[in-house]
Amino acid sequence: MVQAKPEIKNMARENNSKMDLDVITIRSMHGWSSLNLRDLWKYRELLYFLVWRDIKVRYKQAVLGIAWAILLPVVNIVIFTFVFGILLKQNQGGINYPLLSAVGLLPWGLFAGALQRCSSSLVGNTNLITKVYFPRLIIPVASVLSGLVDFGISSLVVFSLVLYYRVPLSWNMLWLLPLTLLVVMTSLAVGLWLSALNVQYRDVQHIVPFLVTTWMYASPVAYSASLVTGRILRIVYGLNPMAGVIQGFRWAIMGGDPPGELFVVSIIMVLVLLVSGLFYFRRMERTFADMI
Amino acid sequence: MSTVIRVEHVSKRFRIGLVHQRYQTLSEKITDALSAPLRTFRRIQMPKTDAEDTIWALRDISFDVPEGQVLGIIGRNGAGKSTLLKILSRITEPTEGSLTLRGRVVSLLEVGTGFHPELTGRENIFLNGAILGMKQAEIASKFDEIVSFSEVEQFIDTPVKRYSSGMYLRLAFAVAAHLEPEILVVDEVLAVGDAEFQKKCLGKMGDVARQGRTVLFVSHNMSAILRLTQETIILEKGRLVLRAPSPQAVDYYLSAGHASSGERFWEEDEVPAGAAPFRPVALRLRDSKHKIVDSIRSTEPFVIEMEYCLDVPVTGLRIGFYLNTTRAESVFTSFDTDDPDMFEKYTNRQAGRYISRCTVPPDMLNSGRYSLGVNASSFQIRRYFQDEDALGFNVDSTGAPGMHWPEQRDGVVRPRLRWSIESLK
Repeated sequence: MVQAKPEIKNMARENNSKMDLDVITIRSMHGWSSLNLRDLWKYRELLYFLVWRDIKVRYKQAVLGIAWAILLPVVNIVIFTFVFGILLKQNQGGINYPLLSAVGLLPWGLFAGALQRCSSSLVGNTNLITKVYFPRLIIPVASVLSGLVDFGISSLVVFSLVLYYRVPLSWNMLWLLPLTLLVVMTSLAVGLWLSALNVQYRDVQHIVPFLVTTWMYASPVAYSASLVTGRILRIVYGLNPMAGVIQGFRWAIMGGDPPGELFVVSIIMVLVLLVSGLFYFRRMERTFADMI
Repeated sequence: MSTVIRVEHVSKRFRIGLVHQRYQTLSEKITDALSAPLRTFRRIQMPKTDAEDTIWALRDISFDVPEGQVLGIIGRNGAGKSTLLKILSRITEPTEGSLTLRGRVVSLLEVGTGFHPELTGRENIFLNGAILGMKQAEIASKFDEIVSFSEVEQFIDTPVKRYSSGMYLRLAFAVAAHLEPEILVVDEVLAVGDAEFQKKCLGKMGDVARQGRTVLFVSHNMSAILRLTQETIILEKGRLVLRAPSPQAVDYYLSAGHASSGERFWEEDEVPAGAAPFRPVALRLRDSKHKIVDSIRSTEPFVIEMEYCLDVPVTGLRIGFYLNTTRAESVFTSFDTDDPDMFEKYTNRQAGRYISRCTVPPDMLNSGRYSLGVNASSFQIRRYFQDEDALGFNVDSTGAPGMHWPEQRDGVVRPRLRWSIESLK
């Protein structure tokens, strides 16, 4: 212990001469910790590779391969149009139901897929988590981002419909980019909570399919958000962030009323969920390797 | 020389609950909360620190490693070696204390981590490299080298699920070997693969050490420790008991430390929770007069016995003894139900206390030090318990064949063979 002091000085000097070496100090920590997003940035290549792996593996050894990404949304649109549009007569009053459901299903597909992958992502990567260090946040983030390829393909389906129905193209469609970002943030916000909870409570994986179904009916996927009326009810409805987002998509593509207060409430909800999710994740992260 | 690794007062506590029930389900937590709301609340508010349901896997460990040193780490099963390595490779965080690492830590036990069976060899090299912390440019520049080292050139664009296990391992190792970390961690105990592969691991470790990098080497193989390390630390029940030049540490470990009593007891906290319903009690070595001994004569038979409890009836249980030299060469493996009649008779073992006992015939082992491991498993169903290095003992070859020549006799066994000399005209 007597030698401790000169050793430390020595180390400091060495550090200056070898700037390329990272000095990592790990201290036992309790309670909340900082997000350390810098570390995340340092490992961005790993993030890229994990996204790439997810995409690559998803359609390997599937006869139809990437065609599934077109087939599934098409089948969904057909079913929705038949059940809700024709059987339940949502088709009335000049509503173009196939397009309405297609536009609703587009962000919803991204969200639902991301939620399913994200919630099981940590548990599915147990072998990585128990053997190598990297910022754990990369795993759920990668599982959300890997849905973007499917999303891109699905949006081709939607835009074919847009052209088919001769919907006029407008500058509003540029809003789809920030809106897509919002879907990603929403998916990540909910996914972070679920993935971290799933490490400790495997109940989560049983809850997720149920959650996704319920959430879909609570969002204007199969119907128009204009069916929800009354100011209070609309604000409560907006607490579901996907409600505002999907309405935003409809507005950007199909026109109509811009999403108002619904949207503001949704954005606030997303931010609250995302920030709290990030901190919760960071807090739980320390025990992942021991608990998983 | 500067310090590359500095470990200060590191302790690691595990909740036994975490081991027992790998995870708690929500319903259990809810039932728990309903049955004792206050207690649950308090537990959530302030986790117990001195509770009986926690164990300390590491306790107040401090040491530092100067740049370029090869440091050996030895200790029995459950002494905390793996936990220490996990903390050093940042997989888990210490409960108390701190550590400082200068440079990238890579562990050879991560060989093949993150390999995806559906991806090709080429794709896996990049993926695995990224997982182990290499930059893409770095991997690209070493790609050819990695491929030729792995000897799988022809199959580099084939999914690795079609690889033989040897090819798979070679490719995985090739990536890890080209990492050039500042700090390399080798856990030989966990190293998979055949002897050839393990030799390659050790060879790589030697290379790394010669380049002046820092290596931490965990092994049960004392001759490897002596050959490759200058200094060694010994862990015992989570504490660092000795740091000394390797020959001295190995001496301590083999003699004074433990395993010299001819009897090994398992304390409750040494038995992993996953062993249930199997509970090891003791492993003993007895001479031909049934006395417990730590040194046997090669010319006399001796008995190895394992005492254990079964909490519930177990089907297909077999108790195995592994005899190894301290250089980790296997001498034999034997199970209590090797005999077909015994196998029939003990298909089911009721709950209760048992001793499985075997007699090793005389004139079998050469003189030297041996290590006895024990294993309890149901074939292809489950491994309940394993301790590869449960008991050490010496064999004295006084009276063995050929002792009238005072010379070192090579070989693990020293059998008394029937010789005849025929004189031909």
